[in-house]
Amino acid sequence: MAEAVATREAYGKALAEFGAKYDKLVVLDADLANATKTDTFKKVFPDRHFDCGIAEANMMCVAAGLSTAGYIPFASTFAMFASGRAFEQVRNSIGYPHLNVKIGATHAGITVGEDGASHQCLEDIALMRTIPGMTVINPSDAVEARAAVEAAINYYGPVYMRFGRMAVPVINDTPDYKFELGRGIQMADGGDVTVVATGMMVEVALRARELLANEGISARVINIHTIKPLDEEIILRAAAETGAIVTAEEATVIGGLGGAVSELLSEKRPTPVVKLGINDVFGKSGPAKELVTLFGLTAENVAAKAKAAIELK
Amino acid sequence: MDQAKERSLRLHAADVRLGIIEAVYNAKSGHPGGSLSVADIMTYLYFEEMNIDPKNPKWEDRDRFVLSKGHTSPALYSTLANRGYFPVEDLKTFRHTGSYLQGHPDMKGVPGVDMSSGSLGQGFSVACGMALAAKLSGKSYRVYTAVGDGESEEGQIWEAAMFAAHYHLDNLVLIIDWNGLQIDGRITDVMNPTPHDEKLRAFGWNVISIDAHDFGEIEAAFKAAREHKGQPTAVIAKSTKGKGVSFMEDQAGWHGKAPNEEQYETAKAELLALRASI
Repeated sequence: MAEAVATREAYGKALAEFGAKYDKLVVLDADLANATKTDTFKKVFPDRHFDCGIAEANMMCVAAGLSTAGYIPFASTFAMFASGRAFEQVRNSIGYPHLNVKIGATHAGITVGEDGASHQCLEDIALMRTIPGMTVINPSDAVEARAAVEAAINYYGPVYMRFGRMAVPVINDTPDYKFELGRGIQMADGGDVTVVATGMMVEVALRARELLANEGISARVINIHTIKPLDEEIILRAAAETGAIVTAEEATVIGGLGGAVSELLSEKRPTPVVKLGINDVFGKSGPAKELVTLFGLTAENVAAKAKAAIELK
Repeated sequence: MDQAKERSLRLHAADVRLGIIEAVYNAKSGHPGGSLSVADIMTYLYFEEMNIDPKNPKWEDRDRFVLSKGHTSPALYSTLANRGYFPVEDLKTFRHTGSYLQGHPDMKGVPGVDMSSGSLGQGFSVACGMALAAKLSGKSYRVYTAVGDGESEEGQIWEAAMFAAHYHLDNLVLIIDWNGLQIDGRITDVMNPTPHDEKLRAFGWNVISIDAHDFGEIEAAFKAAREHKGQPTAVIAKSTKGKGVSFMEDQAGWHGKAPNEEQYETAKAELLALRASI
C-alpha cells in the first residue's frame, strides 16, 4: 500500500520549501494556519506570513494589493470560504484585473469529515472556473500538490488550488512524473471507456480500472489536475478512441469537471458522459472514509458508472 | 496655505469638475454627485500630495491611490486626464462601447489607475495590501484610498480597518468622502454608519476631520498623516454631494444620473463662471 499524505500537508511543506527559492512568496491565512498547514511556512518565514483573522473577504483583497507590488501571495483558508464567502472579492479584485494571486483552498469536498455540510465545499470547482482567466487546479496527491504550487509560482495570473484534509495515497511518485499546467496525464491506457478523474478520485479510478479489467473491460484513466484551462486534446482523443467517458470528482456533479468535460464533448465530439460526484446534495458529518463510501466515491461505483457509460455507446 | 498654490489647486479642481460633467453627460450615465464631492481631495492628491510620474504610471516607487468608491470613476479619470496621464478629450468616451474608460476603474486599461474597483468595500482592503507591501519591501511610498460614507456600511470596510491598525500601516491614509447621502437617501436614514470618527478611533486609527472643500484643511490633514507614526490615519472629509453644480448639491437624486442637455449647459456655465472667478 502506498504512503498516504493529505494534499494540504504537501501544500504547507511546498510553501516552506519554495519560500526559500522565491523571495516574493508571501502567505496569508484567516485564523486557520494550523489546519491549512500554512503554519509550516510560518515557522520558517514568520515575517512573510500574515494572519488576517477571520475576515476572508479582506484577506483576498489584501492579497490583490500585495500582488500589485510584485509579491506572489498565497491566500489560504477553507475552500468553502475561499470560493464561497469571498467569491465576489476573488472575481472582482483578483479575477477581473487578472492579478497574480494564488488561492490555496484546503478542506475541499466531503473528506473534511466530521465538521459536516457547512464546511464541506462541493461547489468551488464550478464557481472558480466561471471566472475568466482563472486557473483551477485540483491535485491528486502530495507529489502533484507540491508540483502544482511551484507551477503556480512560475505562472503569472490568478490560480485556485484545491487541497484535501484526508490523507490520500501517493500515486505520482515516479521518476518520469511531470506537471504541466493545463495538461492532463494519461495514467493508464484502455480502449473500452475512459475515466476522467481529478483530485483524490484519480487513485480511486485506478482501482476501478482493476475491477473492470477483471470483467474484461479495458478502461483508460486520465488525471485532470488542471480543470481550467482544460486539456481538450487529451479528452477529445479519449472520446474518439474509447467512445464512452466517466468523470469522477469529489465535488458536485453540477458545473465541475463533469460539467467542463460535458461542455467540451457536446460541442466538439458528442460522446456519452456519465458523471460521478456528489449528486446535488449537501454533505454530512462522519469520518471521512465512511463518507467516501456513503457518497459513492468508490472504485466499485466508478466501475459501475463505466459500464453504464459503455451501455450508452 | 500659500495663496498662489491655493489658486492653482482651485483652478485644477474646476477643470476636474468640468471633466466630470463632460464625461457623465456624454456617457448619458454615471455618478456625478459623489464625483463632484470628492473632486477637491482628488485634485490635492494628484496635483500636490502624491509622489507620482504621469509619464511612468507603473513606476514601482510611486505613491498609490485606490478609489474604493469606484462608481465615482469620473472624478478619478478627470483628475488623471487633467494631470496628464491621458488626453482630456477622451473623457467624452467614458462608458462608450470600445472606450478604455470603463464605467468603473479598470487598471488594465487606464494609465494611472492603480487598482480596478467598483464593488464597494474592496478597494480599501486592496490599499491595505499595497501598504503592507511597502512595509515588507522597505519602500517609502504611501497609499491613499477614498471610501464613500455610504460604502462604510459594507462589513469589509471594518475588516480592513481592523487589519490596517493591527499591522500598523502608518503609510496608509483612508479618506472618507462624507457627503451624507447614498442612493436611497440620507445615510443616517438608510443605515446609519456613524459616528465614523469614534468608530475608527476605537479600531486603532488616527482620525482627522476636515472640510473636504478647503484646501488648507486638506493640506494640513495629509501633512499630519505623514507625521503620525504607528497607526494608519483616517481623514473624514465632510463634503457636499454634487459640489460646484448648484442644482446637484446635496441631492441624493444626482448620485447616479446624467444631466440632460439643458442641465449640462447650466452645469458647464456654472463651473466656467466659477473657474473665471478664481
